Amino acid sequence: MITAKNITKTFGRVKALNDISVSFIKGECIALLGPNGCGKTTLIKSILGMVVPDKGNIEFNERPISKQWQYRSSIGYMPQIGRYPDNMTIANVIDMMKDIRKDTTVHLDEELIASFGLQELMDKKMHTLSGGTRQKVSACLAFLFSPDVLILDEPTAGLDPVSSEQLKKKIVLEKEKGKLILITSHVLSELDELITEVFYMQDGRLLFHKKLLELIQDTGEERLVKAIAKIMTA
Amino acid sequence: MKKILKYVIVDIVQNKIVLIYTFLLLLIALSVFNLESNSAKGLLSLLNIILILVPLISIIFSTIYIYNSSEFIELLVSQPVKRKSIWLSLFGGLASSLSLAFFIGAGIPILLYHADATGVTMILTGLFLTVVFVSIAMLAAGITRDKAKGIGLSILLWLYFSLIFDALVLFFLFQFQDYPLERAMVFFSFLNPIDLGRIQILLQMDISALMGYTGAVFREFFGNYIGVLLSFFGLLIWILVPLMWSLKKFSKKDL
Repeated sequence: MITAKNITKTFGRVKALNDISVSFIKGECIALLGPNGCGKTTLIKSILGMVVPDKGNIEFNERPISKQWQYRSSIGYMPQIGRYPDNMTIANVIDMMKDIRKDTTVHLDEELIASFGLQELMDKKMHTLSGGTRQKVSACLAFLFSPDVLILDEPTAGLDPVSSEQLKKKIVLEKEKGKLILITSHVLSELDELITEVFYMQDGRLLFHKKLLELIQDTGEERLVKAIAKIMTA
Repeated sequence: MKKILKYVIVDIVQNKIVLIYTFLLLLIALSVFNLESNSAKGLLSLLNIILILVPLISIIFSTIYIYNSSEFIELLVSQPVKRKSIWLSLFGGLASSLSLAFFIGAGIPILLYHADATGVTMILTGLFLTVVFVSIAMLAAGITRDKAKGIGLSILLWLYFSLIFDALVLFFLFQFQDYPLERAMVFFSFLNPIDLGRIQILLQMDISALMGYTGAVFREFFGNYIGVLLSFFGLLIWILVPLMWSLKKFSKKDL
């Protein structure tokens, strides 16, 4: 569904992405892992067209994405740090998104808004919200249009345990519908039950891309945390 | 495109600065016309204020507004929206709301007190200058990532176009006063939108004594009608070039 070929991106002297080639297939739930600053977010942003790679090309459903925009209507993106116009309320932001993506005649998935209890906060301005609430808004927007692809950048960071659990439940539910889900997270313990593949990066390079089962067999560890720890220290 | 433009305009209208700018212009225009016994004289005083104030407010407000919209831009680029329409909506929103502010603040008093060809030219010039400086602001904000640098660049550009440019031209004239510089002068005035605006109105007003050297040569060279037309064309170029340049920058910008 998403294929990237030899993409390279440099910021100043830092090579954020170094010749990354990858293909993500529908129905998988992939964990993008790696130490801080290894290029996970840059990769995600390249897929979204927010960052323009220096070299290489990315295809979405066999179509190159450069200078395209329609393909984004089948992506739901939850950024690591959601930034929203200060003087808009939650309701304003959600309505604006609905208005802008109206042409996609899918049914609106407002389940998360309900389970997070955001209705009561609808009239609050974005700049008065706590980091966690903001994160909830980002999550709701990502799932709102039932997109085929979900890209979640550190989805549970800053969420309280209850909300985090609700979000995970939602991710599992969407995964079962056969959607492609990309997750980055540093809380590996919560990924075990979600993911099917691991994509591990270091210093802008791809270290390995394996099925979770394969990884567990190779390392002989049962939990993802331990398996990754073994690789990182090896 | 239309939808995004709507959100930008609603946001700018909620911002009180544009409203204050409108009232400020209205106040200045009305007092200038009421103080001078002759409305043509009033128009001339107003011209000098407009040539300073309109570019200043347009460029500074637009630059700051674009930087403050960074969240809005970031939110939209990950959505199925063309980057071009985000950028052009910002431009359209700023240009139309500031133009409207100018039209209400200065345009209506001019029409009330001095509704002839000169007055109309002056309104047109003011509108063009507004859009030109919004376009230059888009460029300044588009090429610098840092907010302080971008606003600094905008202030410098305004200073350059309102003061430094004329000083440079004068310096150049004195240095090369032994040579016939008429053609060069005409060329120079196209390098500064404010000069173009001034020439346009002075050509209309038919007061060569007040025209200054640049304007005098300009008139001699072009004659009234073609001069006005060419200078409007020059202003149009001043809108399009910075806008297209900034659009090109924005379409490759990493967010």
